[in-house]
Amino acid sequence: MNDKIKERIYLGIFRLCGILSLLILVSILIFVIEPGIKVIDLNFILGMWQTQDITKGGIFPAIVGTFYLGIGVAVFSVPVGICCAIYLNEYARNTGLVRMIRLAIRNLAGVPSIVYGLFGFAVFVQFLHFGTSLLAASLTLAAMTIPWVITASEEALKGVPDGFREGAIALGATRWQAIRTNVLPSALPGMITGSIIGLARAMGETAPLIIVGATFYMRGIPDSPFDKFMALPYHVFILATQHNHPLAEQYAAGTALVLVLLIFLMALAAMIVRYNFRRKRRW
Amino acid sequence: MNKRSWEGVKDRFIAFFFAANGILTIIILIGIFIFLAYIGLQAFHEISIREFFFGKEWNPTAYGEPKWGILSLVTGTIYIAVISLLIAIPLGVASAIYIAELASPFIREVLKPAIEMIAAIPSVVLGLIGLLIVAPFVAEIFNLPNGLNALTASILVAIMALPTIISISEDVISAIPESYREASLALGATRWQTIKGVILPAASSGIVAASMLGLGRVVGETMVVLMVAGNSRAFPTSILDPVRPITSTIAIEIKEVVQGDLHFQALFALGFVLFLMTFAINLASDIFLTWRQGVR
Repeated sequence: MNDKIKERIYLGIFRLCGILSLLILVSILIFVIEPGIKVIDLNFILGMWQTQDITKGGIFPAIVGTFYLGIGVAVFSVPVGICCAIYLNEYARNTGLVRMIRLAIRNLAGVPSIVYGLFGFAVFVQFLHFGTSLLAASLTLAAMTIPWVITASEEALKGVPDGFREGAIALGATRWQAIRTNVLPSALPGMITGSIIGLARAMGETAPLIIVGATFYMRGIPDSPFDKFMALPYHVFILATQHNHPLAEQYAAGTALVLVLLIFLMALAAMIVRYNFRRKRRW
Repeated sequence: MNKRSWEGVKDRFIAFFFAANGILTIIILIGIFIFLAYIGLQAFHEISIREFFFGKEWNPTAYGEPKWGILSLVTGTIYIAVISLLIAIPLGVASAIYIAELASPFIREVLKPAIEMIAAIPSVVLGLIGLLIVAPFVAEIFNLPNGLNALTASILVAIMALPTIISISEDVISAIPESYREASLALGATRWQTIKGVILPAASSGIVAASMLGLGRVVGETMVVLMVAGNSRAFPTSILDPVRPITSTIAIEIKEVVQGDLHFQALFALGFVLFLMTFAINLASDIFLTWRQGVR
């Protein structure tokens, strides 16, 4: 009897903790949506930013900046990440080099984003003279995103049955032909899913942007990779902490809501890709 | 025949190309180490190592005699790491047990994406919620003028560490062979006794690894602490004191420094210390994870 009561209490505690994460997610969303939704209208989304009177302008340049940044990060991180995963899963044997690469990936995934910021500043802004620009920020965030893309892509490659590779090789295909015709088409949706989620996380990063380049105010939108740019997360940060307009916090929440929606939409797109693929796959 | 050998050459070239991408990750890691060390270590031409690591006062812009002691900043980082892990580890492990052992498949399908979603929420958004909701709440409970302190920051940072701890612990618990549970239940143990006596011990090194990875995230978290930890350089004595961890010090001061001067170098030295801390934490967690695999 005593054991049964104990059992009930402990399992109840576990259930509570399990549900808590759902509760946290829901309350975070409510706390952002509730103040944020009040300031969102068409002008807020599509208007140009006005620093003097924040109620007049919109965050269009910040949305575009974050969008450009996402493209930049994708260009520099996705191909490298996928190629590295192909090497690790398709070509590499358990050599010292491969163990070093795996160690490097795991450690890169744990490096704090602010440290990537310092690294990016030293290498891209100063050493390579890119200045505090869209290009420098994209490269910095790409370095941070590569380990995520690798991990997700390797997962996708591992899901492809060995028979696919062996079948092609038995028919006389070279290893690359086997990968290109049999492995990649099956692994690609998984790789895309992982990459989109990695990109979404990179687009929400703020700390590196403080160091390598985002700006709070600019005329128009950037038209070259060497331009400065505005970004949604940095915009939230400045509005929330360094702007003295009485409505600044509400506008920060509005911007945060747009950012969260953007990231969730990307995650949703990734999940749809994954779902469709799972339904259609042949093994 | 000629065509075949051309395919062979092409194949080898392509293999080399993929390997080069792998090697790039090593280059990035070493690059981070070298650039931070190169710039950071220059600071020690003028700052004594003793002052840097054991000085309690950090005040690089003081008129006359700037102070370069990082001890109060490191203490701030440790405060937030300890408090937030005290919150996140029990919650994370308990909810991992729930998801892996108790939840119905339907609830599992709801909870797992929810946890992924928490991981996807940008830290600046959590910082904003800290400013708008959590800080006023903490201020009211403890009767403080404002709620910007170590405790508030720790609560929010704990939320950031939760997804890491939950998902890795859950993987480890799910990987425990079914026969372990069956043996325990067959001997008449209740589910709680099975969890306590069989599941937790079998998963312990994996849980330690998950907690270490959580610690790595907590130590490196910047935006939340920058926005809600209070940013005081004074040496903290209570969890309700405002603190300024290593990360937020770098974020605040990097914009104010002249590139290449001593203060700039000292911030890189600070970044280097942070890098080494997280590197050591990750390495330790790695050892715990591989140790577990070795046992199997």
